[in-house]
Amino acid sequence: MPKVKVDGIEIEVENGTTVLQACEIAGKEIPRFCYHEKLSIAGNCRMCLVEMEKSPKPVASCAMPVAEGQVIYTNTQMVKKAREGVMEFLLINHPLDCPICDQGGECDLQDQSMKFGGGNSRYELNKRSVKEKYMGPLIKTQMNRCIHCTRCIRFSEELAGVPDLGAINRGENMEITTFLEKTINSELSANVIDLCPVGALTSRPYAFEARPWELTKTETIDVMDAVGSNIRVDTKGWEVKRILPRTNEEINEEWISDKTRYACDGLLNNRIDSPFVRKNGKLIECSWDDAFVEISNQINKTVRVGGIIGSTVDLESIYAFKLLINSLAGSNSIDFRQKDFYFNPSHPGNYLFNSSIEGIDHSDLILLIGANPRIEATMVNARIRKNYAQKKLDIFSIGLPEDQTYKINFLGDNLSILRDILNEKNSFFEKLAKARKPMFIIGESVLNSLQGQFVIETSKLILKKYNQLNALNILHQSASSVGAIMIGAYNLIENVVQNEILYLLGADEINIDKKNKFIIYQGSHASKNAKIADVILPGAAFTEKDGLYVNLEGRVQSAYRASYPPGNAKEDWKILRALSETLNKTLKFNTIEELRIKLFESFPSLSKIDELPIIDYSNLDISEKKLDLDSVVHYQYLDYYQSNEIARSSATMMECKIAREKLKKTGTDD
Amino acid sequence: MSGKHIAKEQPKSFIFSEINLKKKDEILKKYPEQRKKSAVMPLLYLAQKQNDGWIPLAGIQYIADLLEVPYIKVFEVATFYTMYNLAPVGKYFVQVCTTTPCMIRGSGKIVDMCKKYISEKEGHLSEDKKSSWIEVECLGACVNAPMIQINDDYYEDLDEQSAKKIFQSFNDDSLPSIGSQKGRKGSEPIRDRLTLIKN
Repeated sequence: MPKVKVDGIEIEVENGTTVLQACEIAGKEIPRFCYHEKLSIAGNCRMCLVEMEKSPKPVASCAMPVAEGQVIYTNTQMVKKAREGVMEFLLINHPLDCPICDQGGECDLQDQSMKFGGGNSRYELNKRSVKEKYMGPLIKTQMNRCIHCTRCIRFSEELAGVPDLGAINRGENMEITTFLEKTINSELSANVIDLCPVGALTSRPYAFEARPWELTKTETIDVMDAVGSNIRVDTKGWEVKRILPRTNEEINEEWISDKTRYACDGLLNNRIDSPFVRKNGKLIECSWDDAFVEISNQINKTVRVGGIIGSTVDLESIYAFKLLINSLAGSNSIDFRQKDFYFNPSHPGNYLFNSSIEGIDHSDLILLIGANPRIEATMVNARIRKNYAQKKLDIFSIGLPEDQTYKINFLGDNLSILRDILNEKNSFFEKLAKARKPMFIIGESVLNSLQGQFVIETSKLILKKYNQLNALNILHQSASSVGAIMIGAYNLIENVVQNEILYLLGADEINIDKKNKFIIYQGSHASKNAKIADVILPGAAFTEKDGLYVNLEGRVQSAYRASYPPGNAKEDWKILRALSETLNKTLKFNTIEELRIKLFESFPSLSKIDELPIIDYSNLDISEKKLDLDSVVHYQYLDYYQSNEIARSSATMMECKIAREKLKKTGTDD
Repeated sequence: MSGKHIAKEQPKSFIFSEINLKKKDEILKKYPEQRKKSAVMPLLYLAQKQNDGWIPLAGIQYIADLLEVPYIKVFEVATFYTMYNLAPVGKYFVQVCTTTPCMIRGSGKIVDMCKKYISEKEGHLSEDKKSSWIEVECLGACVNAPMIQINDDYYEDLDEQSAKKIFQSFNDDSLPSIGSQKGRKGSEPIRDRLTLIKN
């Protein structure tokens, strides 16, 4: 471990640390543009120059490894002069258009030129001008502002795994572009907007919407998929203006997927802002009382009530909903499955992503079984890609998903391969025997009533043989699934939909055969199921309520209210509580805190917010029944940009979908 | 000078001729199988030779597919080096050296002559589509500066008169002999000087 001195402070750092990191450990701030912790080192902006003893010239600290006895200065005249010089050069071709630039207020170049710049420029010639480049519906470019840090190129190559970006020409004429200006074919593409230290790549949907200092920032959780990415929601008044990632090294690091980021304009469109009751075949706007009376009239006729939970519902609402339906129907006629979906609730090891998302970093062998993580859980795929890029881990697949941005060894698409692995007939078992930390990732595509049990139980048998029972990972797709399983909000969906009264809590994906049924829809968006409902109760979207969500690892995370529901809409638990009073089945809580306390009393394991559940795998049962199956993997079509009602209401997501389809059809945008 | 001029009209497809396919295989043999992307530069040059001195975008895509690298990576290389042309060049392709020694000896005047006798814009074909010119960095013949390269040949010791004569000779394909245009052999002294001090 080398010892170095930074501005007189002696520190000991690990081998392979760079001088810049050492300076940070010593508490010294080093300005930088091209250096980024998560990307490879480029060393081309020269902003991080520091003075090193015995070196005649200042050194680029981001690219200089520490060595024993180095003496670094970050505050000398030489460093100051070097920074001012670099800054002056960077600003030679950078336009002075901060007042009309969307990066203004959160621009690295602006901040650093204030802090480290020389204050004036000696350049008198014309600045160069560069044409705007088309990079798809999400990224707005203004390439005059580009300082060629190449962060975006490195991101698309190293992390997104889609090397579409590059730098063409050279020297003064260098330009960042995609080949012939095609759309970046990645679900992570918008992260380059955050990475860009200047205003060259800015957000197209957010263009000229607001200034960063006008926005109210709320740190919360994403519900577009089951990963539970940590996000920051920026609001101006009621409107959610944009969504940004929040660093959580255990889940999404500092990236989020494009859907998480840009489905937020769906929160403004297609909203239900008042209760409705169907009269003479037409939905008529009404008061809350009228809607409740209509429901209680129906419930007085029959108690055959079934409840279906949607994909973005929070834990408290699911719990309150379960209590209400149970007290009305006298049985647990409630379910969260909007499609044919098998799961085994007997032990958490059967339905969680047991290896954890961070665990992917340490894995050395991954088997995807009917999983398409790029679409189903983009941030999980980003982790796999990261590990693949760093360590070239082996990734195998049963079933051939679309391009996952890494190389996949295709084992075949018949699930009987699993049995062959178990019986050591398939050579994959040799790899498995050698692996220190293998992972089986099972997608929802094979978790249907026909294949699900076979896949899970056979996988467990295989893993048990190699003493790796904690390597079973179920790749859930919706934010509410794991929470619903944990609090027992499930029954046979076939039976639930048989009921005469169906209560849909934001269930937008399921196809309901209406016939003579009475349908109550409670949710935020006017989805296809809201349109067939007899009573509509306006609920809140995920940014408009406090709530807990359980992600696919079983980690409980707390989401916070950033905005408020439009019109007469209310938070879901409040609606359920008020309705229960009308129905004389009053739920025993008055505030969200009381509801949470009740929830935690019934399910103590859910009270550990932000922690991974601790699971004892020794008592995980394996059923050896039905170990014979000969059927192939059929991937369920999941429309990435349209997977839930918020995304379907979003104009941006629609644009992305169209751009992607064009790209698929022609290979270019024309 | 802005970025490299890329032709607007592009052929739809590009494939190597049969002879060049064999040459391609020879080139690929020089690199280990898993490092075959290193062959990008010789292959681009091969494509340029085959296609009358310029590489169409289809050729870039063709080579990227051959080497299994993203299109943009080959495009980066092709736009970086001045040796690759991305727009049609004339039968007489003039490269004018404008690096310091040539500049001191008057390459600016040669560039003016190019603009006058070939085409106003660098990298664009002349009106009769017979010639085109670009500025390049040092071609390594500083001793006989200023100089130009026409296709594979050097013309050295130029001045406005001799440059004009060369450019006009494109019309009837009667180029003067290569090398020094002042009649000296190689870079031997002018006026039979034997030492530097004697004039």
